[in-house]
Amino acid sequence: MPRMTMIEAIRSAIDVSMGRDDNVVVFGEDVGYFGGVFRCTQGLQQKYGKTRCFDAPISESGIVGAAIGMAAYGLKPCIEIQFADYMYPAYDQLTQEAARLRYRSNGEFTCPMVVRMPTGGGIFGGQTHSQSPEALFTHVCGLQVVVPSNPYDAKGLLISAIENPDPVIFLEPKRLYNGPFDGHHDRPVTSWAGHPLGEVPEDHYAVPLGKAVVRREGSAVTVLAYGTMVHVAQATAEETSIDAEVIDLRTLLPLDLETIVQSVKKTGRCMVVHEATLTSGYGAELVSLVQEHCFFHLEAPVIRVAGWDTPYPHAQEWDYFPGPARVGQALREMMEA
Amino acid sequence: MRDGQRLSLHVPEPEVRPGDKPDFSKVTIPKAGSVRRPEVDADPETIRDLAFSIIRVLNREGEAVGPWAGTLTTEELLEGLKHMMLLRAFDARMLTAQRQGKTSFYMQHLGEEAVSCAFQRALLPGDMNFPTYRQAGLLIAGGYPMVDMMNQIYSNDADPLKGRQLPVLYSARDHGFFTVSGNLATQYIQAVGWAMASAIKQDTKIAAGWIGDGSTAESDFHTALVFASTYRAPVILNVVNNQWAISTFQGVARGGSGTFAARGLGYGLPSLRVDGNDYLAVHAVAKWAAERARQNIGPTLIEYVTYRVGAHSTSDDPSAYRPKEESEAWPLGDPVIRLKNHLIRIGAWSEERHKQAEAEIRDTVVAAQKEAERHGTLHSGGRPSMRDMFEGVYAEMPAHLKRQRQQAGV
Repeated sequence: MPRMTMIEAIRSAIDVSMGRDDNVVVFGEDVGYFGGVFRCTQGLQQKYGKTRCFDAPISESGIVGAAIGMAAYGLKPCIEIQFADYMYPAYDQLTQEAARLRYRSNGEFTCPMVVRMPTGGGIFGGQTHSQSPEALFTHVCGLQVVVPSNPYDAKGLLISAIENPDPVIFLEPKRLYNGPFDGHHDRPVTSWAGHPLGEVPEDHYAVPLGKAVVRREGSAVTVLAYGTMVHVAQATAEETSIDAEVIDLRTLLPLDLETIVQSVKKTGRCMVVHEATLTSGYGAELVSLVQEHCFFHLEAPVIRVAGWDTPYPHAQEWDYFPGPARVGQALREMMEA
Repeated sequence: MRDGQRLSLHVPEPEVRPGDKPDFSKVTIPKAGSVRRPEVDADPETIRDLAFSIIRVLNREGEAVGPWAGTLTTEELLEGLKHMMLLRAFDARMLTAQRQGKTSFYMQHLGEEAVSCAFQRALLPGDMNFPTYRQAGLLIAGGYPMVDMMNQIYSNDADPLKGRQLPVLYSARDHGFFTVSGNLATQYIQAVGWAMASAIKQDTKIAAGWIGDGSTAESDFHTALVFASTYRAPVILNVVNNQWAISTFQGVARGGSGTFAARGLGYGLPSLRVDGNDYLAVHAVAKWAAERARQNIGPTLIEYVTYRVGAHSTSDDPSAYRPKEESEAWPLGDPVIRLKNHLIRIGAWSEERHKQAEAEIRDTVVAAQKEAERHGTLHSGGRPSMRDMFEGVYAEMPAHLKRQRQQAGV
């Protein structure tokens, strides 16, 4: 089985999809000749030609707006927003247009489109290269939101997203591009080479949208996480010896509520961890659903560990990032509750 | 305290306000037939002057003159007149229906009928318009059933859009009419993307984007021009300058630029300005731009100079911000009367036949209205089901929506 980084897995997903379907086109800032600032589209222009993989002007609303027109025509654009932090100029096109074409036209026009964007911090990107805006998308009916945590899922989920008949926001945790980062920023960097989920088939396969996976079985507490925080939660469980069950949500919308409810009913405790700011974050939705569906099984309040409600700072990155220390402390407090 | 001249902010104002005498003396109207017609493959740099003039075909005597004349047969002009009359009669009935409480909202075209009716005749089946809310002439001239438009306006149980959209925000893919959005300018860049897709697939179809004078201030307008210019997309970018964006006169969006057409020059686009109340001129310019797109030469920007005679919508009262007599002073006249006079002038029409046609058209519209009302109006009779509200958000309904539908008891 070949080994891939998450970058290579994403590239492979796009490559496989472009090879199978002439209607898949790729464009965005720097994605053509150069292959993207994170190299996720490297080589695709040479392989598929300039009309299927090309550079776009620096205009996120233009990239998304043009892609909507292409999707309405019948193409399947898989576009890149260079950083999730840059998506705001395209927010109108994403929320009021892409998300609603099917509904408002009663299915005459649809928008099969994937919008890839690197998300999250941990690379000293400061406040405009580190944000996690997933809640701004999960709040929008008509969109689907995916956050992979490893190369195997990234490829399989991206293929599913490209083949999906409706728009998908595909958030790629950039700190995971080259290795399974567990939040210990002061330790040597690890690569995907030694990780079982770095084994990625060359060919086509799909990981279905809307299905979570239990990454670590446990009986004491359920930790709901996605993206980078899956690795932080797993590492924290090992280090604290608290028998946490770690669920990797993979898709935030549609959400695999069944897997969550089943786990929380078993453990009686639940914690949500995300890197995005706390207030009105996706954790609030998760906590609400858990109390609604598991209230009589709960032995402690459901809590959230998240980014502080500040812009993502530069120098204080590791004070901001909800790493193993904060997650561990919260887990211990929860077990005492 | 710093030395130097005190600054002051310039806030533009229209020439006149309610109570003032209408004044269009600053609107320069070139003589019909006086503007040259370049070849469709002309270098945009050599035709920059066309962004500052007004292409006109019909003169005051009702004659078709100059190099832009002659793109339509008499038979086609008679059809064109009927389309405009139909649109005007349709508007009148639907405005009344709104006032009778049969729907929540309506937007009419009064004075602007030539723009969308004539433009549609330059397109071919398979081409795609990305319209705003004031281009129903594209549907009328394209033969879309009027009764379906009314069903949409009434949000009744035969509404093709299942009651999900505000009245007049039609969608008609098979008639080359993209689903209209209620927010402004978003469709402009989508039109460019659709045209790019047609070029990527080496298809022969072209797209047309639509926008009003006010919305050219949106960033999506400028984005569309960048993309159209960069990728030489087969798209016609239409700006309908009807002088008023609700209560805001066109000068607020135009700023220091001479014309809206001139916006295209900085992007290297051929940019033409046309008399929007002249059916023949609109068609001739649209045809020129369509040929350019079909020959893979690239995009064109067209500004239609017209005047919004009616209110912005049924929620608007123009007497609060402009003189009541302003529309009558508008120097480009009424598009229906101008085409009628031309057809009379060439002996293809008469006052009697016009009156007769008016009556027939009124009957056609009334009959369609009766048929539509059999399916209900907004507040009485048949209406889309509550289940329809939950359908179509996604291709496949996700579990959380199924739960909500169940909660709602449907």
